[in-house]
Amino acid sequence: MSFFENISSIQNIIYIFSSILFISGIKMLGKEDTAVRGNFLSALAMFIAVSVTFINVINPILVLVGIGIGAIIGSLIALKVKMTSIPEMVALFNGFGGLATFFIAWSEFNSIPSNNFQYILVMITTYIGGVTFSGSVIAYGKLSETLKVEKSSIITKLFTTFFYISIIYLLYSIFITKIFSPGFDFYTILLILTLLGGVGFVIPIGGGDMPVVISLLNSFSGIAAAFAGLLLLNNVLIVAGSLVGASGLILTIIMAKAMNRSIGNILFVGYASSASASKSEETGEVKPINVSDAYLILENASSVLVIPGYGMAVAQAQHVVRELGELLEANGTEVRYGIHPVAGRMPGHMNVLLAEANVPYDVLVEPEDVNPSMDTVDVAVVIGANDVVNPSATEEPGSPIYGMPIIEVHNARTVFVLKRSMSSGFAGVQNPLFFKENTRMLFGDAKESIGGLVTEFKE
Amino acid sequence: MEIYILLGFVLILSIYLGLELISKVPSTLHTPLMSGANAISGIALVGALVLGSDTQLQQALAFLAVMFASINVFGGYLVTNRMLKMFKKK
Repeated sequence: MSFFENISSIQNIIYIFSSILFISGIKMLGKEDTAVRGNFLSALAMFIAVSVTFINVINPILVLVGIGIGAIIGSLIALKVKMTSIPEMVALFNGFGGLATFFIAWSEFNSIPSNNFQYILVMITTYIGGVTFSGSVIAYGKLSETLKVEKSSIITKLFTTFFYISIIYLLYSIFITKIFSPGFDFYTILLILTLLGGVGFVIPIGGGDMPVVISLLNSFSGIAAAFAGLLLLNNVLIVAGSLVGASGLILTIIMAKAMNRSIGNILFVGYASSASASKSEETGEVKPINVSDAYLILENASSVLVIPGYGMAVAQAQHVVRELGELLEANGTEVRYGIHPVAGRMPGHMNVLLAEANVPYDVLVEPEDVNPSMDTVDVAVVIGANDVVNPSATEEPGSPIYGMPIIEVHNARTVFVLKRSMSSGFAGVQNPLFFKENTRMLFGDAKESIGGLVTEFKE
Repeated sequence: MEIYILLGFVLILSIYLGLELISKVPSTLHTPLMSGANAISGIALVGALVLGSDTQLQQALAFLAVMFASINVFGGYLVTNRMLKMFKKK
């Protein structure tokens, strides 16, 4: 056995060790008590895998410069970003991972793939990496609200067409180009179409469906890394990439289930086409309430459930919400927070915002835990949430959101809905909750309304 | 061909393992899990390190791959850690 073979076996043994750390790390990341340690273990695994690979590096100085620049940019973004911008930040990092695999595949194409299988892998890795990158950039634009495109606009339709063309072209690249070598630079066209296709994949998907898309892109970035591992014959890339692929897939499924829709429906249909089916005009009287009356009711409540939604994130109301919660508790009221899995723009969005405001996570409850005892809740306070508390989902079989699991606040004794205006939610479905006998509407900016309640309590 | 079957085996088992490990994750951890997994996908860095550099194009691609994967790795782990530190029990 030559010296180099020895090195490569030692490397592979260390890769196995690193894979084990990745596996335990991601397992621990799934439990509250061990999550911090899990993240640390997986970082350690990464450090070990990268260090041991350094032996093969041809141009160490260039690589160190690359890592240095990446470390500075990544750390600056991670430490500076506001907690409210986390969704778009995760999307952007995700895109960079995809971009790295895109470049890896591109470089491998230029090494002239030695066998057919490797050739196919180059095409697939290019595609998944590229779609992850450009898709994530569009998701970033949508989440940070710098990019606003109508679903029905020409641009959306154009890019959606590119998406389908890119898939056909990928199949052409995989199966045909090796046999009938085309007279043109087909690979460059694949690179471009892949990036355009990723844009087309994400651009038609609306804001409220973002939790699904962002989880799916997360999964893609892992799959891309795993395929790059197959291409480079590298075990640790395959294991780590597959773990990410699996975790993203699980989140995608959880999100889709929480909306009672199939993944295909979310990605390729959207609400718009199904919403036209039935639209019962809701009539009835909306009963507004002002801050001081709301205060009187809250003061006498013994159990309060707060249901935050995307509106709370927009109004940046999480800190006043926590303050109100503390005042209520000091007043002897039991305060809990009902968190719907798809509230907000990414999986767990509300949990992060409330954690930032120092709300302990053990007072956060999930719909299936709180729904059975909803009639013991004195006041349910809905802050900028809409579709996730829409009773049509349980009462109206014709409704587009029928069957979606919701937080059944309409069964609480009193419901306060904090809202700017009477507009409908993301799904475009009218919400009969607003017209219920036990509902009171507190119109205005959520932060100001809650702030008003806090002042009343303090006086 | 042998080697691909073997590696494909690793791929399938790892995905299955991942699905089993994380199937019941509390919603509190949805974001940190996503962001932590995202950091792991920066493992592409290992792949970027072993790329060939025969041509200028390849050198440029390797450099860019290293840089972007590093942003993913450092940014991903730090932001996850920052987020997890905020979660407190009563």
